[in-house]
Parts: sequence; C-alpha cells; structure tokens
Amino acid sequence: MSKVHVSTTINGDVVEFLCEPHQSLLEVLREDLGLTGTKEGCATGDCGACSVLVDGRLVCSCLMLGVEADSVELTTIEGIAGPDGLHVIQQKYLEHAALQCGICTPGFIVATKALLDKHSDPDETTIRYWLAGNLCRCTGYDKIVRAVQASAEALAYEA
Amino acid sequence: MAEAVDLKVVGTSPVRPDGVDKVTGRAAFGADLNLPGMLYGKVLRSPHAHARIKSVDVSRALAADGVLAAVSGADFPSDRLDDLARNVIARDKALYNGHAVAAVAAKTQQQAEAALELIDVDYEVLDPVLTLDEAMAAGATLVNESQHTNGDTSKPPSNIAVQQAFERGDVDKGFAEADVIVESEHRVPTAHQGYIEPHACTATMNAGGKATIWCCTQGHFDVRSLTAGVLGKSVGNIKVIPSEIGGGFGGKTIIYLEPLAVKLSELSGRPVKMMMTREEVFRATGPASATWCKVKVGAKKDGTFTAATAWLAYEAGAFPGAPIGPGCMSVLAPYDVPNLRIEGNDVLVTKPRVCAYRAPGAPQSMHAMECAIDELARKLDMDPIDIRLKNAADEGTQAPYGPTFPPIGLKKCLEAAKNHPNYLKPLAEGAGRGLAVGFWFNIGMQSSAEVRIAEDGMVTVMEGNPDIGGSRASMALMAAETLGVPYEQVKAHVGDTESTGFCNVTGGSRTTFATGMAVVQACEDIIAQCRQRAALTWDLDAEQVDWVDGEAVPKPGVNADVKPLSLANIARRAGRTGGPLLGRASLNAQGAGASFSVNWTDARVDTETGKTDILAFTAVQDAGRAIHPAYVEGQMQGGAVQGLGWALNEEYIYDERGALENPGFLDYRVPVASDMPMIDTQIVEVPNPSHPYGVRGVGETPIVAPLAALSNAVRDQLGFRINDLPLSPPRVLAALDEQG
Repeated sequence: MSKVHVSTTINGDVVEFLCEPHQSLLEVLREDLGLTGTKEGCATGDCGACSVLVDGRLVCSCLMLGVEADSVELTTIEGIAGPDGLHVIQQKYLEHAALQCGICTPGFIVATKALLDKHSDPDETTIRYWLAGNLCRCTGYDKIVRAVQASAEALAYEA
Repeated sequence: MAEAVDLKVVGTSPVRPDGVDKVTGRAAFGADLNLPGMLYGKVLRSPHAHARIKSVDVSRALAADGVLAAVSGADFPSDRLDDLARNVIARDKALYNGHAVAAVAAKTQQQAEAALELIDVDYEVLDPVLTLDEAMAAGATLVNESQHTNGDTSKPPSNIAVQQAFERGDVDKGFAEADVIVESEHRVPTAHQGYIEPHACTATMNAGGKATIWCCTQGHFDVRSLTAGVLGKSVGNIKVIPSEIGGGFGGKTIIYLEPLAVKLSELSGRPVKMMMTREEVFRATGPASATWCKVKVGAKKDGTFTAATAWLAYEAGAFPGAPIGPGCMSVLAPYDVPNLRIEGNDVLVTKPRVCAYRAPGAPQSMHAMECAIDELARKLDMDPIDIRLKNAADEGTQAPYGPTFPPIGLKKCLEAAKNHPNYLKPLAEGAGRGLAVGFWFNIGMQSSAEVRIAEDGMVTVMEGNPDIGGSRASMALMAAETLGVPYEQVKAHVGDTESTGFCNVTGGSRTTFATGMAVVQACEDIIAQCRQRAALTWDLDAEQVDWVDGEAVPKPGVNADVKPLSLANIARRAGRTGGPLLGRASLNAQGAGASFSVNWTDARVDTETGKTDILAFTAVQDAGRAIHPAYVEGQMQGGAVQGLGWALNEEYIYDERGALENPGFLDYRVPVASDMPMIDTQIVEVPNPSHPYGVRGVGETPIVAPLAALSNAVRDQLGFRINDLPLSPPRVLAALDEQG
C-alpha cells in the first residue's frame, strides 16, 4: 500500500510526513516523528495518555489516523512549555507533587490546558469530570486536582 | 538517629530532580527508544487456557515480507526449563490464554503482526482449570502433572503447589473461652496492577555476543540475571539500562519480553523493540491472586480476642508462587492474639502467573479478617477503633509470624484516627462508614550507592533503584541533610547495571529505607574524607576536624586560626589533597520497620442502581519519618484509590474456556478522577530505630485497608454484609434482591 503525504502543523512548526493509511496519529508521532512525549497506555481511547490538542480540541491521538492530521494545528506535550520556560500548569504539577511515575503526566497536562482554555475557574467537580478520560494509577487524583486548581488561580492572577 | 528538630532538609517537599523532564515529555520511558535499523517484535499468544503444544512451525512467517527473525520455545536452552523460562515462552504446554508461544521481528509493526498469522501451531486442547474450587477438588484436571504439594512425591500430584501453616497457643481452648465468635468466608477476585505504561523494551545484541537491553523495570539488576538465566548467558554479557518506568506496583519485578527481544536481535543482527498492547498486559502479565479466605475470630465481652484462625487459598496462575507467605503473615499482624492458626494454600490454575501487586497477598487476607472484626465489634456494640485498640500489637508484641515487634505505630494511628475531625464528623444521611487497619512488614535487602563531588561542590548521588514515585527526591534530601548542604546542590541519578553498584529491586517498600541508608553512609564516607582533606590543608589530624553545616571546622578546643572549608572549597582543591571526592557504601539492610495504617471511608450505595459513591476517605499511616511528605501522602492517596478500585469494580472476568473477557480499561474499570473524592491523609511518625532518619517503607501499606474499609461502610449502610468483592453494581443489586 502506498504511503500518504500529510502536511500539518505541530507545535507551531510546519511538518510534512508520509504515513500508511492505517497508522494512528499516535504511532506517527511516536515512531516516525520522534515525538515520544505523547504516551501509549491503551491504544483504545480509554486512558488519555496520548492526549493532544487538534485545533485546540482535546483528542486521544490513538483514535485519530495520521492522515487525518492533514491541515490541522496539533499541540503535543512538547509544545506546552514556551521558550521562557515551563507553562504554569507544568510548574503547578511539579510544586503539588501531582506526578509519581509520570507516564500519564503529559496527557494530564494537555487535558488540563484544554480545560483551562475553556473554563478559567472550574470547580472541583468540573475538573474531575474533564479529567475523567485520563487514567492515573499512582496519585489517586488528589494532588492532580489540586495542581489544576492552583494552575487556574495562577493563570487568573497573570491575566 | 537524628531528632526531628535537628533536621533542615528532610521533611520538606521540594520539586523532584527529574520533574522538568516528566512534565515536558522529555523523560524517556520503556517504549521511547528508537534506534537506526530497528525491528519491531511481536508475540504469538496461545488462544487456549490449557493445551499441549505438539508442534510450532515458524517457517512460513520467516518467509514473509519484512520478517528477519522468528523464535519459538525450541530456540531457548532446554536445560533452563524453570518456571520463569517457561512463562517467558511456552514449551510443551500452553498454560493460560495469552501464554507466549512464538515471536517474530519484522521491519514494521504491521509486518510483524501479519507474520504472527503465518505461524503454525498444533495444539491438543485440554480442559482449563479456572477456579480455586475446581483446582482443589478431588480428581481435578492437573495444571502440572508432576506437581506434588510441598514436593512430597509420596502423595499423588495436586494443583496445591504449597501448603503452609503456623500455629500458636491452643485455638480450641481460646474459642471455648470466647463470649462471641464471628466466622465468615470472603472471595476477592483477580485484579491487575494497572500501571499505565505497558511493558516495553529495546534490545540489541552485538556481533561479539554482548546484549544491551533498554526496558521499563522495577529492577534492572534482576532483568540482567533473569534474562541471563533464560538465555543461558553470563550476566557479564548483558547490560540493562532502566528507562523511566510508568508504574509497576510489583508487576514489573519480573521479565516477559526481554529474552525474546535479545534472541530476535541475535538472529536478525538488528535492534529489536517490543511493546505489549494493553490487551497483552491484561492477558499475559502477572496480576494479583484471586483468593478465598475463611476466617474466625473470638472475643470476650470486653472485646479481648481469645483466638483467631485463617485459612487462605490463593490462585498462583500457571506456576507456583502466590503470595501466601505474606498473606499469612499479614492477616493477624495488627493484633495480639494468644491462640491462632493460619494456613495458606498456593494453588495452580490455568491463568496468567500472578506477580507482586503492592503489599502482595495482604489486601485479600486482611480484607477477610477486618470484615470479621467489624462484625465482632457490632456484636459487642463496640466502636471499631476501640476493639482494635484493645487488641492492638505494640512494641514487644510477638508477631503471629514469629519476631517481636520493635517500636511500631499502630496504637498511635488508631488514637490519631479516633481524634480525627473526619472520624468525629457525623455521617451524611443514608450513608455508611467503615474502618479497617492495614499492615505491611517491609523489606531491606541489598543496596549500593555512590556519592561524587564535582569541582564546584555539586553532589551527584548514583544508585540503582528505578524511581517510580519520586525516590530521587528522597535520596537527594537524605544526602543534603547528611552533608549539610542545600537540596538544590544535590542531584540523584539512577545508573544502569554497568554504571552503578548492585541494588535489589524497587519493591517491598525498600528503596527509601535500604538504598536511602546506603546513600547516607556514602555521604558519611564523603564527610570522613572531607575532614581528612581539611586536616591535611590545616596541618591537623582528621580527629581534630569536625563537619558542621556543610563545612569542615576545627573541633572546639583545637587551636587553629583557619576559615571553615565548604564542600566546594575542598572539592576545588581536591587534586592537591588526594584526588576526586568519591564516597561509597554497600549494605544488606536489616530492620525494615513495619508500617501500620488506619483507613475509614464514608460511602453511599444507590440501592436502585447498585452503584457505590465514595463520599470521603481518610488514611492515617505510620511513615517512621516522612523524608518527602508530599510523596508519602501521594503513596497513601494512590494506594487508597487502588484499593478502592479493587473493592468497587476491578475484577478479571473469564469465559468458561478461560479467555479473559475484559482485557482493556473500558471493561476492566479502574477509578477515574470523577469516581473519587479528595483523599485526606495524616502521617504519623514513630521513627524506625534501624534507619538513620527513622524511615519505614510507606508504599505498600496504603492499598491494604481500603478493601475492608469499603466493605464495612457498605455493611454499615445496608444493615447486612456482602462478603465478596468487588462491590460492583451487579453484585450489590443481587445481594439487595436476595435480602428482599
């Protein structure tokens, strides 16, 4: 089967790649483009470790084909920190010890960004339901929820 | 042991050294290594739970597009047919649905997957053995025809691989003295650790026969020795580089893919990467044992226990090794019981070989006993904390498994719970409250550490325990405290099998205790060297020099007009005083202190749907001393939610032929954020006298008590007990129907 040419934008960079029609976006990111910050936990859309933003929307990259990335704006975990350093969300996850093993962390941070882009002052229930598509097996979610609350506060202060 | 008031760094919660890489996606985990020319390896797994393998033919697969190597059991040394090797790849029999039978390596993942379909396996399908009842029944189908209980060949073969028991006092007399007796039996299903990172590795074998393995593991030195064993190689020919590890909880303490990847690399001459799918993780890696526990406990009217018994049967899966030892050790460990009998049975079934899961064996047996004690308290009209305080083990109590407890924190935890606002708070309308005690004995074992001082005084700690939950931060904190320097001056690293000294696995809650102790001793080595270097500089004896707050100073009374020398001062001049500063320590740590916990939860069952909501959860635990309190809380919270997941929903569901029906996170439902409330924690500190800072392991105890705490809460609300787990909606609804 011949490969398909895809032209897309990833973390602000114009990127072109060839991929098999059956390859998931996750596989393309990880195995072909070297963007291994996006993690595979299940490949069935149940764990959220592969969360990315597609035109600002939260998506499991394992449920999207690489060819579907044509002409979209992708943000992966590698694109969350800016040239000036860590994003507030990343800083708050660290300060609140909201990660233990860290495998789910990229997905959670991307999902938190999507949440806070849409709801600047979410209550605990909103946070818990927004993050319900991301599994964490280490923390019991307590410190993650607190890190998100602290991120929202810090972002409100900055704004 | 240092007093808490003297501590400057230990007991703070700074950002971990590896944190930035983990929040930016740069940290490299098991599946994150891609090498030039790399192949992808895939495993063919048995579709049968129990089958004789008459032949495996990989020749059609080898001829397929892109395929460069294929292996089956016959490609591995036949003199290494121990259980581990046979679990890595089946030989004469497939013993569970998902058991590896063959493997291929191809240029793309798709080619490798396609090639699996070209492998011809001739199976003679046998009857599966799927439950403890079936396996232990007379005339049961045998999982292993040459397995005799405890190796006693004078008796017929049996699926009961090991039977062990211990006894104290006179149980019959004890029950005769009791005013109240509770007897019950409880089943807990198979649960998986559910680490989010599937097993993965990349292996390369060079032309000289030297293998390098990159993998996610809790113990790379174990990967080295186990892989060497399965392949019949020397450990000197295998280097293992531990990647970052995406959760383990005990499940990454053994090997599955590594020998296959090395063999495929050897045959193809290429690097080979292997990654399990989530389905493979569920079907083929070791979960926790499904269990059947019968318990009995008797007490006087005042709540004093007179006797207790426990009979435990644990599924081992296809090979012996269910954690009946720890199950038996834990079941009555919190209590001073004069008369007791505890028996454990390690039972083979045609399911995946079980592996450690956080306090392996304890959650199941203690669930049963803590439910029975809850019923006993109800019969005696006693508060669940009071009945436990009445019988609580303390310093000097002989543990049921033999040794006498040194200082332990159970009573302090119970007292803290009794005075906790969450315990004094009235219960919400229509809800139930349940409490239980947890325990884990913790282990020590072997560790090494090296401390290197750079020319600017920066401290590098090298050790060999993969960091799963922030242990680099704990190591750096203990090193900074010992050396008397700021935390920021220390960086802790996990070395590979060739760059750091031997460390046993990250498991048994041993890392902060044992490897921490090695780090402290290596820092003391540095201090001794610094005193000597300063003495040389000042023309004094080392005995005349002290180390205070990170500086060498003359001891009080020593007449010397000199300025203190910091670590940086000494390091900068190290070439003139004997060369680089390098501290080392290796040890076999003794005296791991047991950690006790008390957990309680407020929960509400919706009697229409059978769904249970967790309204509140509080965990109190003795940490000995919390080196990094935020990560200790994290262990307590994470363990609590894993335990609640097991109690609420998690279970392996098999069809009648032994195929797992829920091998994915959609149907094997672990808790998500919206299922849980905040998990409140209180750390109790009864220092462990065997550790320089008083550390007890904290990682495993947290999963133990939540199972019974939830069972007891549901009992409290409904007014009757559901003995078995999980308390999933179907089970709760069935129980409600039965009650009418």
